[in-house]
Amino acid sequence: MEKDGKKSKVGIYLRNNWQLYLMLLVPVVYMILFKYKPMLGVVVAFKKFNVFKGIWSSPWIGLANFKEAFSSKDFWSALKNTIILNIGDLIIGFPIPIFLAVFLNELRSERIRKTTQTLLYLPNFLSWVIIAGIVTQLFNSSGLVNNIIGAFGGEPVSFLSNSFIWRFVYWIMGVWQGAGYSLIVYLAALMAADASLGEAAYIDGATRLQRIWHVTLPQISSTITVLLIMQVGRLVNISFDRPYLMGNTLVKDASDVISTYVYSVGLAAGRFDFATAVGLFQTVVGIILVLVANWTIKKMGQEGIL
Amino acid sequence: MGAINSKQERRFQRFWMGFFIVITFIAMIPILRVLAVSLSGKNAIIAGKVFILPVDFNVEAYVKSLQSGSFVNAFWYSILLMLGSTVLNLVMTVLAAYPLSKPNLKGGKLVMALFVLTMYLHPGVIPEYLNVKDFKMIDTVWALVIPGALSAYNMIIMCNAFKGIDSAIYDAAKIDGCSEAKTLTRVVLPLVYPTLATLGLFYAVGRWNGISDVLYYINSSKLFTVQMVLKQFVESVNVSVEEGIQTNLVAENIKAASIVISMLPMLIVYPFVQKFFTRGIMVGAVKG
Repeated sequence: MEKDGKKSKVGIYLRNNWQLYLMLLVPVVYMILFKYKPMLGVVVAFKKFNVFKGIWSSPWIGLANFKEAFSSKDFWSALKNTIILNIGDLIIGFPIPIFLAVFLNELRSERIRKTTQTLLYLPNFLSWVIIAGIVTQLFNSSGLVNNIIGAFGGEPVSFLSNSFIWRFVYWIMGVWQGAGYSLIVYLAALMAADASLGEAAYIDGATRLQRIWHVTLPQISSTITVLLIMQVGRLVNISFDRPYLMGNTLVKDASDVISTYVYSVGLAAGRFDFATAVGLFQTVVGIILVLVANWTIKKMGQEGIL
Repeated sequence: MGAINSKQERRFQRFWMGFFIVITFIAMIPILRVLAVSLSGKNAIIAGKVFILPVDFNVEAYVKSLQSGSFVNAFWYSILLMLGSTVLNLVMTVLAAYPLSKPNLKGGKLVMALFVLTMYLHPGVIPEYLNVKDFKMIDTVWALVIPGALSAYNMIIMCNAFKGIDSAIYDAAKIDGCSEAKTLTRVVLPLVYPTLATLGLFYAVGRWNGISDVLYYINSSKLFTVQMVLKQFVESVNVSVEEGIQTNLVAENIKAASIVISMLPMLIVYPFVQKFFTRGIMVGAVKG
């Protein structure tokens, strides 16, 4: 080893670090087999998939699956619903935690601040199966809301079988589940902000609302912008659990989204190639939107997410 | 900040305290409602007398849910699955994060970049399904453990925790003749215990609450998690009520009791771990 300087350097390096490489071995093998190998599987989107032939021996059919998707009414309806539900989340769900954080931050009572945070964050730990179960307990014909309507002598409202109303239930439960998380993110940003600015504004005679508007909000505006643009970047992406579990057959025209469409045509009906094409379309549009969003954040002088 | 005792300030504080108490109470109503139904008598529920407090208090619904073999079995199986996969998740996370936290590791940057890329490039449900099928894992418990064995996001958080340790500690361990493996287990891991606990809880909650992989990969009911069994309970009522058919397959109070039992592990652990989670969010938030 000592004869060849370069070789001995590598040898010493490996002798000192082989344990580190050994540790990395399992995660890297995992990453290749379960993250990168399935990425090759997206070629199914361009094939006529035959279960017996497998991915690689199935015949190529070019863009036929995509053409079929773009001429399918169900596909456009799923895409439309995905965007509608996401835009609703944006309009209803996005401002609420900001509002809560700003005023909670003004409260002096540590106890109320802590309790509010703790309890509002709790629903974040419940699964969508549980939340869907809770939804029926609240909104079905014998649910709490209809109990209350009944107690005042009103007629029961079918919240869960009317597509228009169902969307609001979907959005409201999204706020219930997710607002606590965003609240903590904003409160963390506010805590990191410089309190002396607010004090200076107070001494200068600013009213509370002026202080909130001109000092507090600008202090978290970068957090707000980044979260907002990230959410816009995810406009065509939608989780599977929430729409799938909250939806039902009567509101299909509002609750069928891309993720549930891929599941029903792909796994339930067995059209792997077609469903892969739909999923790939979503992924590609999603990546483009995220890149545009990231570019926008950087243009605005903030640190991007990528 | 501000004039603590001015009349206006006191009025402001009182108003917003009241506001947040009301908001918090409203946010708790859904959970109170389920608790109330689970503890109420059947007739009171049907008559619409139950709001958010139990009427004709009894625990019959809990007794009945716990007599359902499929539910109880799924519950214990899910607990075991959660513990097992969390241990695996943490081992994998540490194994990846520790070497990658070393700034001088050759090839480390490339491996890190490949992990980061997996957060943005998802192959999609079907290719993932075909991959799991390639490994003959469909309808086995491995399909619920292996594909999600490592989260790149959590691994980065872990990696940052390792990087935050004073380099003097690494030097001291080296001078004392510790190997890398020994340094990790004896010196480093005890120091990052809070992060380890936080990530463990993230993984555990994710596994307990997850249902999509069960839907995708599992056919035999003996491998159904508690969420899946609960889904069947909930839906058996949901559809029939919505279509106006009066035959509920599972009574409302039993359904509510099953929901409460499925929430229990999270509700019991939540008060203790809430602090860890808040810290976890902030770690992620700072990273951005």
